[in-house]
Amino acid sequence: MKAYHKTNFLTITTPEGIEFSLQLAGPVTRFLAWSVDLLVILAANKLLNVMFGLLGIISRDFATATTFIGFFLVSIGYGIVMEWYWQGQTLGKRLLRLRVSDVSGMRLQFSQIVIRNLLRFVDALPAFYLVGGLACLLNRRAQRLGDFAGNTVVVWTPRINEPDLDQLLKGKYNSFRKHPHLEARLRQRLSPQEAQIAIQALVRRDEFDPQARIELFQTLVSHFKTLVTFPQETTDGISDEQYVRNIVEALLHPKSLKKI
Amino acid sequence: MIIDLQNFISVERPYWRELEAVLDKLEKRPELKLTLSQLERLHYLYQRASADLAKIMTFSAEPNTRVYLESLVARAFADIHETRKKAHRLAPLRWFFLTFPRTFRKHVGAFALCLIAMMVGSGFGAFVLAVDPDSKVVMLPFPHLQGDPSDRVEQEETVNNDRLERSKASFSSYLMTHNTKVSIYTLAMGITWGIGTLMMLFYNGVILGAVALDYVMAGETLFLLGWLLPHGSIEIPAILIAGQSGLVLAGALIGWGDPIPLRLRLRKIGGDLVTLIFGGALMLVWAGIVEAFFSQYHEPVLPYEIKIGFGVLELIVLFLFLAKSGQRSEKKKS
Repeated sequence: MKAYHKTNFLTITTPEGIEFSLQLAGPVTRFLAWSVDLLVILAANKLLNVMFGLLGIISRDFATATTFIGFFLVSIGYGIVMEWYWQGQTLGKRLLRLRVSDVSGMRLQFSQIVIRNLLRFVDALPAFYLVGGLACLLNRRAQRLGDFAGNTVVVWTPRINEPDLDQLLKGKYNSFRKHPHLEARLRQRLSPQEAQIAIQALVRRDEFDPQARIELFQTLVSHFKTLVTFPQETTDGISDEQYVRNIVEALLHPKSLKKI
Repeated sequence: MIIDLQNFISVERPYWRELEAVLDKLEKRPELKLTLSQLERLHYLYQRASADLAKIMTFSAEPNTRVYLESLVARAFADIHETRKKAHRLAPLRWFFLTFPRTFRKHVGAFALCLIAMMVGSGFGAFVLAVDPDSKVVMLPFPHLQGDPSDRVEQEETVNNDRLERSKASFSSYLMTHNTKVSIYTLAMGITWGIGTLMMLFYNGVILGAVALDYVMAGETLFLLGWLLPHGSIEIPAILIAGQSGLVLAGALIGWGDPIPLRLRLRKIGGDLVTLIFGGALMLVWAGIVEAFFSQYHEPVLPYEIKIGFGVLELIVLFLFLAKSGQRSEKKKS
């Protein structure tokens, strides 16, 4: 059912034959998320200490007892409660855009969350999650022992920003439109990564220094020219930025197709 | 496949949003049951999103939409293809009186193995102490156990003031949390194919055996039983149940006689592990209360017969609970 074509991706094939990939989180990112969670736990314990300390007015013994239990419950229960409530995320994971996921892509069960959190006791040995970190490095799905026993993986869920294509492309004359066969060749030869670089360069063009902006579009154009050569009269007199704009429009708005 | 991306997105986006809304609702309320028409709609939306993903997979220029669709399909896939029971509202009494004892019985072999490991440890501890009494310092790393048992008994029985006065609750909570941590370690050590779990139980047995023999040899058997039975009759089985859960985990890892893949074996025992460890933790809460509020008081404050009787009664009730509770409805079900 599953295939693993990259060590940092977990690819799942559905019975409908559709593949989707989950990008696995590495040990460093996970350690950072854990550090945030540790700070949250320490802060929560400090708060509980103050709150239960007030019970000392009634009974010092009772105040100490509730502090003990409160500290224990927060330390053990924080990960379990947060991951259950936020569907696989703690505050640290949320900040670093990580999420605990079932290894088969199924819904995360409460028992899986409990097991992965209780096995932290072994993963944390002898200090600073050395066992868990090593397991994470050696395991092909970057699982620590708790993840392994709980059938879970920690995945990275990057923010998805759709480029504002209308703002970029509308109202501009595109001389490349006169050569649909070359546009088709361009779509065929351009990789998704190259296309994404071109889109991102346009979307973020105002963020660059003027010199860097000129150099970036020069580099892109010289690269695209190696893929497809448009006739000289089509490219004469247009700036490098316009050249990239034309290419992106050719990719995203094929002239010949109006419907899917 | 060549598609007009703008047109494609504008046509399909309402369906993606609808699917996203259903998935959000299901995630927020896991106990929610959809009607047949809602289920059919969910399935349709999932298949449509899957088909869209298949279309866009071959289109080079828009990885963002592909990633968005992948996450949508992944979430819907989890809901549609999940065959395990959905989460339901908490039913703690049902869980305690039915699920916990049933789970215990289901894996009673692992419990027996834990009991054997602890008993072998006890025998070993007693044997070593009998052969070499000086080893007590090494085997019992607790100051209050290293002295002469008779001296301790004399001291405990002549003490006038309540030495746990104003510290019983904190002592009790310390015992609860400490013992629960030991239980979690015992479970977690199951990941070492059970070796770590058995070693922990053996070590606990060594201490128990050495202490028992030390007091028996000093002629303080009555004090020993009165001291240990009230809380030990619950605490020791609770630690053994934690060991049982460790061995259940180990059994799934090893997979003897179970021809299904490792991932499925682990999936199968997940719920049982959680039930056993939570059940054991509850028992330790009770043991912590008894140890702080009852076990530490000896004659003349509390006669040993009462303490021993209480411990034996707890043991009988625990045995009956684990052996019988939920059995009737289990039989009905089968």
